[in-house]
Amino acid sequence: MAVSIVVRVILYILLAPIIGGLLEGLDRKIAARMQGRQGPPITQPFYDLYKLFNKQTIVVNSIQVLFIVAYLIFTIFTGSLFFGGGDLLLIVFSLSMSEVMLVLAAYSVNGPYSAMGAQRELLQMMCYEPMMLLLAIGFYVSQGSFMVNDLIRVSRPAVIALPGMLIGFAFVLIIKLRKSPFDLSTSHHAHQEMVKGLTTDISGRDMGLVELAEWYDTVMMMGFTGMFFVTANPLSYIGAVAACLAVFFLLILIDNTHPRVKAMRMFGLSWLVILVCAGTNLLILNLVK
Amino acid sequence: MKVSQSPWILHYDGSSCNGCDIEVLASMMPHFDVERFGVINTGNPKHADILLLTGSINAQTAPVVRQLYKQMPDPKVVMACGICACDGGIFKDCYNVMGGVDKFIPVDIYVPGCAVRPEALIEGVKKAIAILDEKKEKMKIAMKQGYCTVDYGRLAVHTTAEDYDAQVQSDAEPTEETEETAGEEKAQ
Repeated sequence: MAVSIVVRVILYILLAPIIGGLLEGLDRKIAARMQGRQGPPITQPFYDLYKLFNKQTIVVNSIQVLFIVAYLIFTIFTGSLFFGGGDLLLIVFSLSMSEVMLVLAAYSVNGPYSAMGAQRELLQMMCYEPMMLLLAIGFYVSQGSFMVNDLIRVSRPAVIALPGMLIGFAFVLIIKLRKSPFDLSTSHHAHQEMVKGLTTDISGRDMGLVELAEWYDTVMMMGFTGMFFVTANPLSYIGAVAACLAVFFLLILIDNTHPRVKAMRMFGLSWLVILVCAGTNLLILNLVK
Repeated sequence: MKVSQSPWILHYDGSSCNGCDIEVLASMMPHFDVERFGVINTGNPKHADILLLTGSINAQTAPVVRQLYKQMPDPKVVMACGICACDGGIFKDCYNVMGGVDKFIPVDIYVPGCAVRPEALIEGVKKAIAILDEKKEKMKIAMKQGYCTVDYGRLAVHTTAEDYDAQVQSDAEPTEETEETAGEEKAQ
């Protein structure tokens, strides 16, 4: 039991950057094809990472490096908790801790664009945090446990009891992974009103670490998506992977077809979707019980 | 893997008729698509590898160009795109135009044309990324030798002692006085 946890955590730490990088490459390739372009090779994110690690690193405030490393470590820690089968509540809290580290890194450089990006990132956190908490509660109400280890050993997939939760979660995934229309704090697309927002003053090796942490984050979020479909039956993992890819494709499609919205609109929209989908789901679940 | 496989571009317009800028954007569009080579048009000097400049430089944009160049981390390459960026072009004799980009920062690649053709731009980018690799190698050697690689006070990258040439205009930091005298000379 304990050995299998260690193996799973090591597998996550080793494989997540590869899967995350390939997912981002896929994202850029599919986005390019949607726009009628050829697009970069699928391994492009790895070239980017290699380049970033080989560039000169300009550090504006030395504490920035500490926060960025802490962001990476907390992200890996959160993912390890998740894939090690830990407590969902702890995962949600450590996830917000990692985001706070990134926000602190942006605030510490004292630049106007970084500060604006950090403020918007805080707003984005306000939008998706309720959903993450509701998700943990929903899983507890329907399956009777907060432990991921128990949640993947159920007889029927969680999505049957929690369809609203899945819709709400897919919606906040757009915010969490900073896809358009909710890429307010920092964007993968060029030319926005505040340079690069959150990552404006992060360069070279530090930027590489941020990218790496984002890959770990993407894989963990896909893991969350997969958890809706996983049962004790090993065959269900195939369905879970297919569902993850479907959600990821949907994210790319939304990213490429929607222009950015204002911060307050994102706030209102996300809370509305969370309340209507996840809230109603939770209510019905409680009534049925 | 090479550094040159992921060149991120920072595009700045000194003061042009916008013809070149439209061609720069055209080269990012589906028909030419420079993202094939991993090129991303970033708006951030701290993430950029290639500084792509269009248009001649005037008194107001000169400090901006200098600052953008200073903010870019090494290794970096500067591309002057269009005849205006190369030497002032058709606006050379205007009272406000101070000349091409190379009067202020060291330029590695000159891409001629009025307006510059997307094909020429893409070839320029291909040449620029070759230089990027070269500079990376130089940086590595210089780091090993313990030689100071970057001298921001002089606005140029000196990877070896022979590289530094005080006579090169771009190596000298222009002050307000020198710029004033240059302007007066031109007026006469």
